[in-house]
Amino acid sequence: MPEYERHDYDVIVIGAGGAGLRAAIEASARGCRTALVCKSLLGKAHTVMAEGGIAAALGNVWPQDNWEVHFRDTMRGGKMLNNWRMAQLHAQEAPERVRELEEWGALFDRTNDGRILQRDFGGHRYARLAHVGDRTGLELIRTLQQHAVHKGIDVFMECTVTRLLKDGDRVSGAVAYWRESGNLVVFAAKAVVLATGGVGKAFAVTSNSWEYTGDGHALAYEAGAELIDMECVQFHPTGMVWPPSVRGILVTEGVRGDGGTLRNSDGERFMFDYIPDFFRAETADTVAEADAWYEDKENNRRTPDLLPRDEVARAINAEVKAGRGSPHGGVFLDIAARRPAEYIRRRLPSMYHQFKQLADVDITAQSMEVGPTMHYIMGGVRVDADTAATTVPGLFAAGECAGGMHGANRLGGNSLSDLVVFGRRAGMGAAADAAAVDAPAVDDAQVEAVAAEMNAPFAREDGEGPYDIQRDLQETMHTLAGIIRTEAELLEARERIAALRERAARVRVHGHRQYNPGWHLALDLPALLTVSEATARAANLRRESRGGHTRDDYPDPDDGWGGRNVVVRRGADGAMDVSTAPLPEMPAELRRLFEE
Amino acid sequence: MNETVNVRVFRGDAESGGWRDYAVEVEEGQVVLDVIHRIQATQAPDLAVRWNCKAGKCGSCSAEINGQPRLMCMTRMNLFAPGEPITVAPMKTWPLVRDLVTDVSFNYETAKTIPAFKPRPPEADGFWRMQQEDIERGQEFRKCIECFLCQDVCHVIRDHPANKAAFAGPRFFVRLAELEMHPLDTEDRLELARRDAGVGYCNITKCCTEVCPENIHITDNAIIPLKERVADRYFDPVRWLGGKLFGRRRP
Ligand SMILES: Cc1cc2nc3c(=O)[nH]c(=O)nc-3n(C[C@H](O)[C@H](O)[C@H](O)COP(=O)(O)OP(=O)(O)OC[C@H]3O[C@@H](n4cnc5c(N)ncnc54)[C@H](O)[C@@H]3O)c2cc1C
Ligand code: SF4
Ligand code: SF4
Ligand code: FES
Repeated sequence: MPEYERHDYDVIVIGAGGAGLRAAIEASARGCRTALVCKSLLGKAHTVMAEGGIAAALGNVWPQDNWEVHFRDTMRGGKMLNNWRMAQLHAQEAPERVRELEEWGALFDRTNDGRILQRDFGGHRYARLAHVGDRTGLELIRTLQQHAVHKGIDVFMECTVTRLLKDGDRVSGAVAYWRESGNLVVFAAKAVVLATGGVGKAFAVTSNSWEYTGDGHALAYEAGAELIDMECVQFHPTGMVWPPSVRGILVTEGVRGDGGTLRNSDGERFMFDYIPDFFRAETADTVAEADAWYEDKENNRRTPDLLPRDEVARAINAEVKAGRGSPHGGVFLDIAARRPAEYIRRRLPSMYHQFKQLADVDITAQSMEVGPTMHYIMGGVRVDADTAATTVPGLFAAGECAGGMHGANRLGGNSLSDLVVFGRRAGMGAAADAAAVDAPAVDDAQVEAVAAEMNAPFAREDGEGPYDIQRDLQETMHTLAGIIRTEAELLEARERIAALRERAARVRVHGHRQYNPGWHLALDLPALLTVSEATARAANLRRESRGGHTRDDYPDPDDGWGGRNVVVRRGADGAMDVSTAPLPEMPAELRRLFEE
Repeated sequence: MNETVNVRVFRGDAESGGWRDYAVEVEEGQVVLDVIHRIQATQAPDLAVRWNCKAGKCGSCSAEINGQPRLMCMTRMNLFAPGEPITVAPMKTWPLVRDLVTDVSFNYETAKTIPAFKPRPPEADGFWRMQQEDIERGQEFRKCIECFLCQDVCHVIRDHPANKAAFAGPRFFVRLAELEMHPLDTEDRLELARRDAGVGYCNITKCCTEVCPENIHITDNAIIPLKERVADRYFDPVRWLGGKLFGRRRP
C-alpha cells in the first residue's frame, strides 16, 4: 500500500478561484469542517486575471435595469441554450452578492453620488458591470481570500487533485499530491465541490494559464457525471497578437465598453457589416449613431463593436481571412481617438501597462492589434440550478467548470457574478448534503490504483516527454476544433486525439518527485485529452451554428438543435458516450420576456 | 531575429545547488519567463518555476534577475544589452524549495494575523456611499498582486531572518494602511501595527517601493502615514483620547 497522509472533512472544495472560495466560505459558515484545495498558491487562480467587471443589475447608472433585463440579455447572448433557471437565479442574486463583496471590504469604483459605478459591456443592454478599473478579478479574489482567511477553512495550496474516490454510487473524497514534495494526499469527504475553472490549455492561442487543463471536467466525467455543451467554446475577440510571446493575452472588452472601436487595414469600422438579424433592432447601423451613443444612450442604439463576443470574434476572423487584417494577423482596436490619455490611464491602467511593457505600444496614442483568443468554455459539468448538485451523489460543481449558465455564449462580466452566485449555492448544497450522510469509507484499492498510475511515467524506460504531446494537442484543437469548424476537420481532430492518447499513455518523465513541472504536466495530460475529445465530438454532433460553436458546413442556427443540449458521459463500456437531451423548459412567465 | 543567449539559472534545493548555464534561443518580444519555459521544454523538463498569468497580474513569477527582484513575465529580454550576462535566481528571503521556487508561507501566515475588515452599519436604505476620492488611496493599495518582491528586498528580514517573528513587512503595512484608511472600517489595528507588525523597524529606505511592480508608493503612502498614526496615538495621548471619544479621523 502506498504511503499517504489522510484528511477527513465534511466538505472539500477543489479550486480556490472565485467559485471555490465562495463555496468554502458558505460551507464553513453552515458549520461544515471545510477544506479548500488548489493547484497554485492562494490568490493566484484565474479569477485574479479578470479585468472588466462583474455583471449585476444594481441599477445604479440606469435605474431601468433590473433582473429581468439582465436575464433576458444573458439568455439572448447565450442563444437561448442556457439553463433558464440558472440564468434566472444568477440575474436575481448577483446584486446581493456584489453588495456582499462590498461588505467584505471590496472597493469598487464609484458613481458621483457615492454608489457602485457600472460600465458598458458587450451584450448588456445597460451599463451593468461593477468594476475596479480593469482589475476587477483581483478585487474579487482578494476580498474573498481575506474574508475566508478568518473562517477556519483549511487551505491546501499547491496540491493537485488527480482523482475522485467513490463509495458505491457516491463520491467519497479525492486523491491528490503535493506539488512541492510529490507526496500523496487522500481526502475523505462527505461532499465534494468542483471549482476548477476551464480548459484553455487545450488550445494553442488562449488567454488562460497553465492551470486550465480541464481537471474538474475530467474528474467529474471519470466519476460518472454528465458534461453538457462542451462544443460551446468562447473565443474572445480581442487578444494580443504581437509579439508572439504574448499572443493570446487578453485585451479587456472594457476597452470597447469605454469607447474603443475596431477597424480593419482599410480603416473601416467593419463591425457595421456584421450585424446579425437577431440583434439588428438594438444595434446602431451607422457610424454617426454609434458615435452619438457614447454620449447619449437614451436616443441612440449601441455600437456594433459591443455585439456579443461570438459575433465580434467571427467578424474579426472573416476580416483577416479576407486580407483586411493588421500586419500581424489581427485588426486594429483604437481608443486614443475618442478618449484623452488621462482617461485611458485611469480607466484601463493594466491595459496601458500591458501594451507599454510587453509590446512597446502606447495605447493613449496608438492603435492596438488584436485578434481572437480562446478564452472561456461555456460547457461543463451538468448541475442542478438551485443546489449545484451534479448527476453523481455527493458531487457539486460551480464556476467555469459547471455548464448551463451561459448557454452557447457567455456575456462578459457574467462569469464573475456566476462565481459568487453559484459558488455560494454549491456551498449550501454541499453543506446540506454532508449533513445528511455518514462519514464515507476510503477504499484503499482505489488509492493504490491512482498511485500506481501516477508513478508509471517515472518507471518507463522509453517514451517521450509531455511537452511535445501538449503542444501537438494544442495545435490540433486550434486548427481543427477552433473558431470555425467542419465535419471533416472534427473527425480528423478525433483521430488525432486518439493517437495523442496513445502517446500520453507512454509518457516518460525524468528526475524526481519534488516540484517537477514535467511530471505535473504528464499528470495533467489525461484531463486535457478528455475535454478535447468531448469538445471535438460534441462539436461534430451539433449540426448547426450557435454562439461559440460555428460550423462552416452548417452555418445557420437550427430550431431543432436550439432545444437540445449535447451530453457527454462515460458509457458502460468505458468509452465516451455523446448524445443529446432536451433543454429544461422555460415557464411561461419568463418566456413572455422574449416576446416583446 | 532569433538569437541565442546564455542564461544562468539557479538549480538546486535547500541542501545543495548552484548556477547552471543554458544556451537558449530568444525571439523578438520575449520575456524572461518565456526563456525559462523554453529551457523547460527543450533542456531541463524538471526546472521548477511558479507562474500563472504571464501578464503581470497574479504575482506568481517573482525572482531575482541579475540581482534585481522582478516579475519574470514582465521582464523583457531586450532589457539586456547583447552579450550582457543574465542570471535568474530565486527570491533570497524565503526558504528555497527547488530551483526558482521558494516557500512563501510566511506571507500567508502573516495575513492571518491581520483582523478582518469590519464595516460600520450601512445607511438607512441598506447601502454604503463613498466618494471616489475617498477610496482612491485604498484602491492604490488594493492593486497589490502579492508578488512578495517588497518583502524579499526589505533588509529588515532579508538580512536578519530572525526579525520575521516581529516584522510583518511592507506588503502587510500596505494592507494595514489600506484598512486603516478604508472609509467604512471600524476596527482598530494601530496597536497591532506597532507591537506585532513592527512598523517601527522600518527605516524608510524605500527599497520596497522601488521594486513594486504595481507602482504602489509603499513607503510614502502606506508606511509613513502608518508610522504617523502610531506616533500620534502613542506619543500624543490627548489626541488619542479625542479620537476614541469623537470617532475615527477621516483619512
Ligand atoms: C484574462 C481574463 C480576463 C477575464 N475577465 C473577466 C471579466 O472581466 N469578467 C468576468 O466575468 N469574467 C472574466 N473572465 C473569466 C473569469 O475570470 C473566469 O471564468 C473565472 O475567474 C473562473 O473562476 P473559477 O472560480 O471557476 O476558476 P479559477 O479562478 O480559474 O480557479 C480554478 C481553481 O481551481 C484550481 N484547480 C484546478 N485544477 C485543480 C486540481 N486538479 N486540483 C486542485 N486544484 C485545482 C486552481 O488552482 C484554481 O485555484 C476573464 C478570464 C480571463 C482569463
Ligand atoms: S522602506 Fe521600510 S519596509 Fe520598505 S524596504 Fe525599507 S525598511 Fe523595508
Ligand atoms: S506591495 Fe507591490 S511589491 Fe509588495 S507584494 Fe504587493 S505588489 Fe508585490
Ligand atoms: S505569471 Fe503572473 S505575474 Fe508573472
